[in-house]
Order: sequence, then structure tokens, then C-alpha cells
Amino acid sequence: MPRYRATVTITLRPAILDVQGKTVEQALHALGFTTVEHVRIGKHITFELEAADRSIATEQCNAMSNQLLANPIIEDYRVTIEDVEP
Amino acid sequence: MKVGIVVFPGSNCDRDAFYAVQQTTGREPCFLWHKETELPPGLDCIILPGGFSYGDYLRSGAIARFSPIMGEVVRFAERGGFVIGICNGFQILTEAQLLPGALLRNAQQRFVCRHVHIRVDNADTPFTTAYQHGQVLRIPIAHGEGRYYALPDVLADLEANGHIVFRYCAPDGTITDESNPNGSVANIAGIINRRGNVLGLMPHPERACDPILGSVDGQGVFKSLLHYFANVGV
Repeated sequence: MPRYRATVTITLRPAILDVQGKTVEQALHALGFTTVEHVRIGKHITFELEAADRSIATEQCNAMSNQLLANPIIEDYRVTIEDVEP
Repeated sequence: MKVGIVVFPGSNCDRDAFYAVQQTTGREPCFLWHKETELPPGLDCIILPGGFSYGDYLRSGAIARFSPIMGEVVRFAERGGFVIGICNGFQILTEAQLLPGALLRNAQQRFVCRHVHIRVDNADTPFTTAYQHGQVLRIPIAHGEGRYYALPDVLADLEANGHIVFRYCAPDGTITDESNPNGSVANIAGIINRRGNVLGLMPHPERACDPILGSVDGQGVFKSLLHYFANVGV
């Protein structure tokens, strides 16, 4: 079965205050990067998996994201899949 | 009345909960190890205690929710068994979807550990009959991720049905922004599910059950339960 490398990027939904982002933004301002705004911090999860094809791999990653990796009430996620060279 | 207290790796209020139940109700609780896949017979209430289960990895409560025992806890709740989630336990209950909404990092960007005032907004639940409606309690909180959040329709539903059991308030019971320690929507400190058998709250009633700790306002939660089970003849 082909092997894929998946990346799941998780971010707080836009309507939700991201206090980590806000804190980092304040720190960047303090360092003199005064034009920085809208800092958002997310999670970047990578893993490899086997699946019959790319669409099944994507489907599995979406299922993982909905069940565990992200909390759909507060977070959005994005899945990208690359081939792993044998 | 038989109370079981779940112990996850990283739970740190399990013994406080044990002590509080024992001292307040005179009934001997038991510990339930997270790897158990069966509950002891005759259990009336399960407490998911505070702490940092699984190191709060990924999201608070996200991993604990898949602990072996949680399947049983969910089935227990579905059968009408009583479940109380305190602090991390509340986070686990939302992750397990036994309660709606989610708990986010405190809006004030820091961990908050102090006594706060909360108002009893529903004294008709099996967990709150020992209190008066509108009574103000002084109970400690200790969390970094206690900002309750729910989508507007869920929030409206909670409000309309009296499912908001506790709200952060000023000492006189007024709901103000200043008395909200974490930015929770509508000052929510604790909620109950539609069926009325699952309670989640961020404040720690079990840390307010002994005069030596500065407040006994948390006793009502456990006394209410005892009263409930005395009346149903269990």
C-alpha cells in the first residue's frame, strides 16, 4: 500500500480570542515590530500513514481531526497529503 | 450513596474529592483507575476530578476522554447515572460531549488560583438542592483553561433551560465583567446537561469543604447528592 505524509494544521476559529497569539503580538511590539497584527498560534501535526490511495488517506486524516486532533467547536483544521517515496 | 472518583494519570484533586465526599456525606467513596473497563456495582455518582490528565497534551481533556474507563462513564451517564466533572473533569466532559461547549485558555492570559464568588443560578438540580437560588458561594478556582465557550445557539439553549448552574459574580451576587476570572461567556462557571444528571464546573467545591481551608461553601454539592439518594431510597 502506498505511504503518505500528512500534515494537519489546527487553528482556533477566527471568532475566538487567541490569548497566546495576543501575548506574542504584544511581545513583538515590545521588540519594535510595531506593525505586526492578527497573530494567531496553531498546531502543526505531521505523521505518515498507509492508505489505498490519496483520497482514502485524506478521508482518514479528516476523521482523525474530527475525532481527536481538533475540537470542531473551537478549532478549524487543514489537511495536506504528500507521497512518501518508497 | 456510592461515589466513585476516577483517577487519570495527572489527576491531582482525586484525594481532595475523596476526602470531601467522606467528610461531608459520611459515605465511603472509592477510586476508579482510568484503565478499568468495568464499574463497581451499585455506583450512584462518578466524579471526574481536577488535575492535568495526560499532561493536558493536545487539549485539556482531549486524551483522557479516550481513557478505557470513559466508555463506561459515558454509558453510566446515558443510563442516568450522576457524573460531576470538576475543573479538568469539566474539560473532559466537554471533550466527551457529555456537556456542550468547550473550555479555552483564560482571556487574562494567565493561570488563576484564588477564591472567587459564584452564584447558584439553578438550585433545582440534584447537585444544588442544598443551596438557595441566587446564593453566593466563595469557592476556589485553579486553572489556566477555564474560559467557557459555546456557540450562540447552544448558549441560548443553556440560558433558556436553566442549564447554567453557577456563574462568576461579585460578592453581592451581581454578574459583572470584573468578577469573571477567565473571560467565560455569560460568566459561566458550571453547567448541567439537558437530562440533569451531568454537572461540570471549573470551581473546586471539594476544596471548600473543611473550615481549615477557609470556606465550606462547596459542601452543598455533596450534601445535595446525599439528600437526593436518601430520598430516592438508595
